[in-house]
Amino acid sequence: MAKPITEITWIELEPGCVIVEPGNARKYKTGDWRTVGHPKVDTERCIKCAQCYIFCPDAAIERNEQGYFLPNLYYCKGCGICAHECPVKCIDMVPEGE
Amino acid sequence: MGKRVGMEVSIAVAEAACQADVDVVAAYPITPQTHIVEHLSELVADGHLDAEFVPVESEHSALSVCIGSSAAGARTFTSTSSQGLALMNEVVYIASSLRLPIVMVVSNRSLSAPLSIWNDHSDVMSVRDTGWIQVFAENGQEAYDHVFWAYRVGEDRRVLIPVMLHMDGFILSHMVEALEMVDKELVNKYLPPFEPIHRLHPDKPVTMGAFALPELYTEAKKAQDEALKATWPVLLEGWRQWEALTGREYNPVETHRTQDAEVVLVTMGSMGETACEAADRMRNQGTAVGVMKIRLWRPFPFRQVREVLSKAKVAVVFDRCVSFGGQGGPVASEIRAAMYGEPSRPRVVNFIGGLAGRDVSPQDFQHMVEEALSKMQDRQEDYEIYGVRG
Repeated sequence: MAKPITEITWIELEPGCVIVEPGNARKYKTGDWRTVGHPKVDTERCIKCAQCYIFCPDAAIERNEQGYFLPNLYYCKGCGICAHECPVKCIDMVPEGE
Repeated sequence: MGKRVGMEVSIAVAEAACQADVDVVAAYPITPQTHIVEHLSELVADGHLDAEFVPVESEHSALSVCIGSSAAGARTFTSTSSQGLALMNEVVYIASSLRLPIVMVVSNRSLSAPLSIWNDHSDVMSVRDTGWIQVFAENGQEAYDHVFWAYRVGEDRRVLIPVMLHMDGFILSHMVEALEMVDKELVNKYLPPFEPIHRLHPDKPVTMGAFALPELYTEAKKAQDEALKATWPVLLEGWRQWEALTGREYNPVETHRTQDAEVVLVTMGSMGETACEAADRMRNQGTAVGVMKIRLWRPFPFRQVREVLSKAKVAVVFDRCVSFGGQGGPVASEIRAAMYGEPSRPRVVNFIGGLAGRDVSPQDFQHMVEEALSKMQDRQEDYEIYGVRG
């Protein structure tokens, strides 16, 4: 559905709320609240090993053009697994707003 | 055309499911199951019915299997009763919310405790608000006929809602009755193939049963409520078409001598015929009694009920289930709600009886009418449990 969720009327729903558009879960903003702040990556120390990318339970880590792995805060739940798994400890969990 | 047979009603219902050429039958095969599923398993095993028969470990699983098969586009059947329906409860809501036109025959029986296997409507009322189309059969012929009706209306693209066909346990389910079976040609004419709008298929992936945020759940429930209310023309069309093919007429409520009746007995299920007998006897004695039999329980036929009852002085509503802590029985609550806003409405007297198979005779209905007309005039109670000792 192209529309924002708050604009969908009951008449527009498919029978049984069937979802006919594959992959629309990517629109769901899982990062609208977080547990322990969000990850901040120090790219100076990052070795591009992708451990954070592999362990992230919300697939919220994305690889940028330089090959660094950075969190997409639209999806990040702030669980801190990436910071815990990072072998060079280049990820800090920082409070919201920082 | 049809073939007149003597047959146990459970067997007749199974034969109807076979004639409707169901693709999948999933059911819990032992108590509180009836002969419906037993006979279907024989029909499949003996090669008379080309279907998957899935004997599962619980009723919860039975309906879950049905949901999967119906979602894949298969014509799906199940049957249960009392505790089995109670165990199924969670999944009953899911089937209707996903708009999967499963047909389930419920042999209405009491719920524990005390442990009981006999007939009343306490199991029905545990699933009253689940969003299924719910219809009651009064006798074996009606039970048999409504299997075809259930598939036709449920699977209609304007409907896509599961249908629960209620028939009184033992009084119907274990009774051998004379009934007319239709032939395959008629079934083919009446019942088109099941063509769902969406089905689970790898070629065109869809998601069924996803979650909804608070921003969408209200819209989902509104859509479901409207869908159930919008079934009316299809339900009526289904009955009119059946009548055209078989001569057997069905309506959302059936009436017997209500035109000039001062007192209308209101029943649901097999007690209707007993009530008619009582009404005829009382008519002979000079009391203008009629009977209104509710066939369609959901969506509830408010308009038809108002048409019948607005002319009566007293409505004697016979319930077969207690709504604990409420105002009596669920049918009476519905009748009162239907009539409350009417300028002309009868006094509603509610009796609860026939619990767990306790017999209700024409004399009992006569007593209820007499009581309603005499000493209950000035009583404050909303209801009375009929025939209770002490």
